[in-house]
Amino acid sequence: MATQRKAVALISGGLDSLLAAKVMLEQGVHVEGINFYTGFCVEGHTHAIRKKDKAKPKRNNALWSAEQLGIKLHIIDIIEEYKDVLINPKHGYGANMNPCLDCKIFMVGKAKQWAEENGFDFIITGEVIGQRPMSQRKDTMPVISEESGADDLLLRPLCAQNLPETKPEREGWVKRDELYDFSGRTRKPQMALAEKFGFDDYAQPAGGCCFLTDKSYSVKLTDLWASRGKRDYEIDDIMLLKVGRHLRPKPNFKLIVAREEGENNFLQGYKKQFITLRTMSHKGPLTLLDGTASDDDLKLAAQIVARFSQGREAEEVDVEVTDNGVHKNFTVKPLRSDEIEDAWRV
Amino acid sequence: MIELDARRLMCPMPVIKTQNIIKTLVSGDNVRVTCTDPGVMQDIPAWCRINGHTVLKTEEIDYEYILTIEVGSD
Repeated sequence: MATQRKAVALISGGLDSLLAAKVMLEQGVHVEGINFYTGFCVEGHTHAIRKKDKAKPKRNNALWSAEQLGIKLHIIDIIEEYKDVLINPKHGYGANMNPCLDCKIFMVGKAKQWAEENGFDFIITGEVIGQRPMSQRKDTMPVISEESGADDLLLRPLCAQNLPETKPEREGWVKRDELYDFSGRTRKPQMALAEKFGFDDYAQPAGGCCFLTDKSYSVKLTDLWASRGKRDYEIDDIMLLKVGRHLRPKPNFKLIVAREEGENNFLQGYKKQFITLRTMSHKGPLTLLDGTASDDDLKLAAQIVARFSQGREAEEVDVEVTDNGVHKNFTVKPLRSDEIEDAWRV
Repeated sequence: MIELDARRLMCPMPVIKTQNIIKTLVSGDNVRVTCTDPGVMQDIPAWCRINGHTVLKTEEIDYEYILTIEVGSD
């Protein structure tokens, strides 16, 4: 009896990786999933922040995919290692701050390492030629195989028939004629295959699974680096880029203004790390000040915060500024809406 | 009972922490995970189901979400 081969599948939570893994299961391969957490994953935590989203809790689609497939899923924290991928991408960025090609090379390389450590024979992904403009092109797919070190142990079941044979095919671990030849941006073949397999509730494609493909998020990240004079970040930095209204009235400080109760509660957790502003005479949002600020800067910040409070039309609003447990109080006239300069909005 | 503090972590970090501590335990051990992200009430049970562990109890106390898990055999 032939040995059952083992494949590790990169599971993003999207339809393609779900189908790729299913194709392997149908061929009798033992499949386990791996999912990498970079800190920028849309699948992550943002649903826990905004109150309006709490009524309909968002499932983690990678976990959901694994459950549909009946396979184990290993979620790996790569936050620290990923910094170098994002900060120094050899192949550059896509339309925004998304280093998609370097990211895929890195993840396939990590999967290969995991496969070696855990006695798995090969790696599969849900990649489809032409599906994505940077990492899923005919000319970049071999780059991923080579630079990740996976070489011909990387199999893409959904488009394998359009690519050179890999070792799993050559060795007869999988049947090439039962793999697929999908290509291009159309989703119709995937949807038909999903129907064949009985998957009717899968994640809809919505611009990828990474915040770095998002324009406004990328602008905030670029602003963060420019303001600090270096390209670096901690997990709290990238979390805070997803929350609140960001305004930079001066190069030396930025305000993060909560937009609603859920964000207010979330920002409470950062009170010890930042200067905070809170309106005392009127209801208003909790605001973090990131950077350094003179008393004049604090007064301007207080006027901005007052603008976003229920005292926006009042003559005066009392604002408490807290820095390292020390309180200062300002009584300010809220800025008018036309005094909030567009250039301040990050 | 092993205690795991995953407060102030957002999903999937509590799941990753749970996964990593369970790797060090043996079948039948119990671990109690305390979290503040309500997303864990979906994500940790889902992770347990697919990886062969059992959620014995879930509690919500003062905005904290506490899951007691029995480590499975595989």
